[in-house]
Amino acid sequence: METLAMHISNGIINGPVAAIFAVIALAAMAFCVMRGRQDLDDRLAPMAGLVAAFIFAVQMLNFPIFTAGVSGHLLGGALAAMLVGPWVGALCVAVVLVVQALVFGDGGVAMLGLNITNMAVIGIAAAYLLIALLLRVLPRTTTGLAVTAFVAALVSVVVAALGFVVQYQLGGTTDLGGNLAGLAGTMAVSHLFIGIGEGLITATTVVTVAKVRPDLVYALRALKPAAPASVPAVGGVR
Amino acid sequence: MRKRSWGFIVGGMLVALLLAGVVSNYASAHPDGLDSSLRAGCTFDADDEITGGSCPAQQEKEHEIGGPLADYGIAGLDNDFLSTGLSGVLGVLLTFAVAGGAFWLVRRRGSAEAPDAAGSRDAAQPSTAATGQG
Repeated sequence: METLAMHISNGIINGPVAAIFAVIALAAMAFCVMRGRQDLDDRLAPMAGLVAAFIFAVQMLNFPIFTAGVSGHLLGGALAAMLVGPWVGALCVAVVLVVQALVFGDGGVAMLGLNITNMAVIGIAAAYLLIALLLRVLPRTTTGLAVTAFVAALVSVVVAALGFVVQYQLGGTTDLGGNLAGLAGTMAVSHLFIGIGEGLITATTVVTVAKVRPDLVYALRALKPAAPASVPAVGGVR
Repeated sequence: MRKRSWGFIVGGMLVALLLAGVVSNYASAHPDGLDSSLRAGCTFDADDEITGGSCPAQQEKEHEIGGPLADYGIAGLDNDFLSTGLSGVLGVLLTFAVAGGAFWLVRRRGSAEAPDAAGSRDAAQPSTAATGQG
């Protein structure tokens, strides 16, 4: 039977670099707990549990991509950032990665810091920066929301993939003979296609939730259009 | 309102269970973007063993734990469909329990309610939406 490894396996990145990223990931997650507590109330806590469980489920659904013989699966960063915010969202993705590494043998335990840094930290950061920007400039319509989710998801996947390339440059265990560009190229191209799938899944899911329960979409609550009472109109002259 | 939230959670969990328990069996078996990038440069036989060439995947080492659910299957269960589906269902439930439980423990308590006498939380519910946070 084929093995289903989705994340960085043991031996791919050397121990010292993996350890450094474990420290980075741990510090980032501690910070997310501090900031996330502000967001976590009686309503968001179960919702965040659902988001983590949903990401676990959809990560199992490898979809074929344009390049023959290669598949992709959801990373979930943009989805989590959209639905429960960047801090709690990063913790959701991290929990999924920890469960996968400890229980499902997917992604080395020693490699957890690398995987968490790429998908829960870098991926979420890229996604939320774009979400915050796009939700402000795009019209507040279903289309605007869908485009926001799609673009944030696509870019976050590519950026997360490039995070791995940087890690490989620092501590990759195979001497690529100076051909890191080759690895960067295959990672970028394959994840560009994966990002399209990620974008479609994220946009569909977010739009569905927004239709059923708009109050449960964190990004719509947190990034409200400028309130006319308290904020002067953009470009207004006093 | 709280009741409707729980309805949404239950509905969402049913979708997740269906995806992980059933749809997962129709997922592509090809290596994913990361895996295929690490395999570039090597040749593989039908059992997915490396037969030649040079690629990062050659350095791959055993997982520290493995365990009965390793590789999204149930050890000893011969039926692939059941094995994948059940491991997915267990994973969804476990992830919800771990994440939901941890978030519930660290959540902000007594949010937005007036610091009344203990025990009057439910009575104070209706006005919270209007006031928001400071």
